[in-house]
Amino acid sequence: MWYLCVFYHRLLDYRKPELESLADLFGAFGDRPCFEFDNRGNSLEWRLPKHHHPDSPFHFVDLPSQDVARNVANRSILVKGIYELWGEGSNYEELEEAVKSYPDEQKLPYLTSDSTFKIIVDSFGKVISLQEQNNRIRGLTYIPFKGRVNLKNPDHKFWLIETENDITNSGLPPVVQRRIFFGREVGSADRKLLPMYQLKSRTYLGPTAMDAEMAFLMSNQAQAAPGKLVFDPFVGTGSILVSAAHFGAMTMGADIDIRVVRDGRGPDCNVWSNFKQYGLPMPIALLRADNNLPPWRPGLKEVFDAIICDPPYGVRAGGRKSGGRKLLKGVVDPYIVPDEKRADHIPSTAPYSLAECVHDLLDLAARMLIMGGRLVFFFPVLREDDSGEYHFLEHPCFKLVAASEQILSSRYSRVLLTMVKTCSYTEELAEAARIKHLEFKENHLKWLEDSNLHSSVFSPADVSSADAKIRKESKPKYRGKYV
Amino acid sequence: MRLLTHNMLSSNIKGVTNGFPLRIEAEKVVEKQVEINHDFLRNIFPKIEWKAFVDASRILGYAELPEEAPEPSVLESDHEFLGKFHHALLELHIEEGALVCPETGRKFPINKGIPNMLLHEDEV
Repeated sequence: MWYLCVFYHRLLDYRKPELESLADLFGAFGDRPCFEFDNRGNSLEWRLPKHHHPDSPFHFVDLPSQDVARNVANRSILVKGIYELWGEGSNYEELEEAVKSYPDEQKLPYLTSDSTFKIIVDSFGKVISLQEQNNRIRGLTYIPFKGRVNLKNPDHKFWLIETENDITNSGLPPVVQRRIFFGREVGSADRKLLPMYQLKSRTYLGPTAMDAEMAFLMSNQAQAAPGKLVFDPFVGTGSILVSAAHFGAMTMGADIDIRVVRDGRGPDCNVWSNFKQYGLPMPIALLRADNNLPPWRPGLKEVFDAIICDPPYGVRAGGRKSGGRKLLKGVVDPYIVPDEKRADHIPSTAPYSLAECVHDLLDLAARMLIMGGRLVFFFPVLREDDSGEYHFLEHPCFKLVAASEQILSSRYSRVLLTMVKTCSYTEELAEAARIKHLEFKENHLKWLEDSNLHSSVFSPADVSSADAKIRKESKPKYRGKYV
Repeated sequence: MRLLTHNMLSSNIKGVTNGFPLRIEAEKVVEKQVEINHDFLRNIFPKIEWKAFVDASRILGYAELPEEAPEPSVLESDHEFLGKFHHALLELHIEEGALVCPETGRKFPINKGIPNMLLHEDEV
């Protein structure tokens, strides 16, 4: 059945993937195991309203049932509402005709005298005054509403949504023709979560704590849900796991920095307290471990339902791995930590290149995720070759189902990748990963130089690249985080 | 640190071939209540190395688990067992202590409930 889906006008790349991940979570694709993709993948059918741009917040989506539609909308972060469309038109006459011809058996059950209702007038690209809103509601008398009005807690919410003719100058996507929609609300995002979980009221924060909205989106991409186990190998202050725990998942986190996971900023300001603050169940495990040398027992595999993380890619925070910096550089000879100093020895760490970090992450995920499990992580891209198409890493165990870009500066973006495990981890893959691990270790310096994102992002601008800058701005501004 | 975590970890020091199970040296054990989640227990049950799990629970003074791993069907029928499994897996915490590599005797300290699995430079 086709529904009208209206999105919040932000994070445009994230809207459809979120809805599709949730549709999969709530069974829109049937009992078929989610890793058995056909060529279409597990994606939904979408349509645009007449004369609308793909960046428009208005879409039509085909969902199997009203229950799926409601569950998806209520759990989402970016869906303003999913509506059963009763009619649409370019003007109010057309709308009236459309609503009148919409079958009575669909309408009447929601118009009964024992129900309560509310009509909301909304607009995109313009403001409708209260007076005009009331006039528009009065114009709907051709619909036989029998119920009582209840503004606070109605049984049924009806929406009258208008878009303006030409709003190109407001930084919004071009909507060529005025369109008016009337529909019954099936579900809508609970945006109240965002102020509740906003970072500024969180006790324990780190420099790269994940913003609440993005953390929820990541957990939706990962399909976090009760009974599932979610792992974050770069847990930091736990900001991503908080969102997974909110959706009922069991959580587990590791970090190489013991001060972050163990100590925080005192007994009431640490990773645990971040969960306590929201009354969420504590992570079932926090440990200090190195993503480069994970301490999982041999034979352990397919335990996590999802791995969600924001790997350190060296722009705001750099990754570290075991092994002394000087040791890996070859400046000092290998040395043995004396026995009497072992207990209190603080092992030195070396910088961890992005390429190696992501290689390790994919290998870990290939081994530790269940079939159909999801790996959701951010990957940085330089916008120099901004052709709109990026090529991401591939792994034989995974299928990439979504790549959502968020522009961070004129130089770089981060892309949220969602990968589904579709093949099991074999001995050959393990062996190939082991060889690659040694190769990284031997060519430590080369990898560090090759993947130095920090200098690309922060080095002074090259004057001759002025024309490149124009190209960079080619993507409309509203595609970024804020409209 | 819960016994679930203990069951997943091993010593990954270079050259060590049998790093599992890590021996437990518990100085301070606490019990923390965790809400029971049947789906989670069902999912995780087949992944548990049973012998290491039972041995670890006994070291912490909990002797209610059977020596042999029961059939997974028990999880559906035997609520008492489910409760015990849940308790041993998720409610017993080693707050202070150490995990000891069975081959080299290297201690991985557990401090404030967090096992420190990071290796020294010469163990990588």
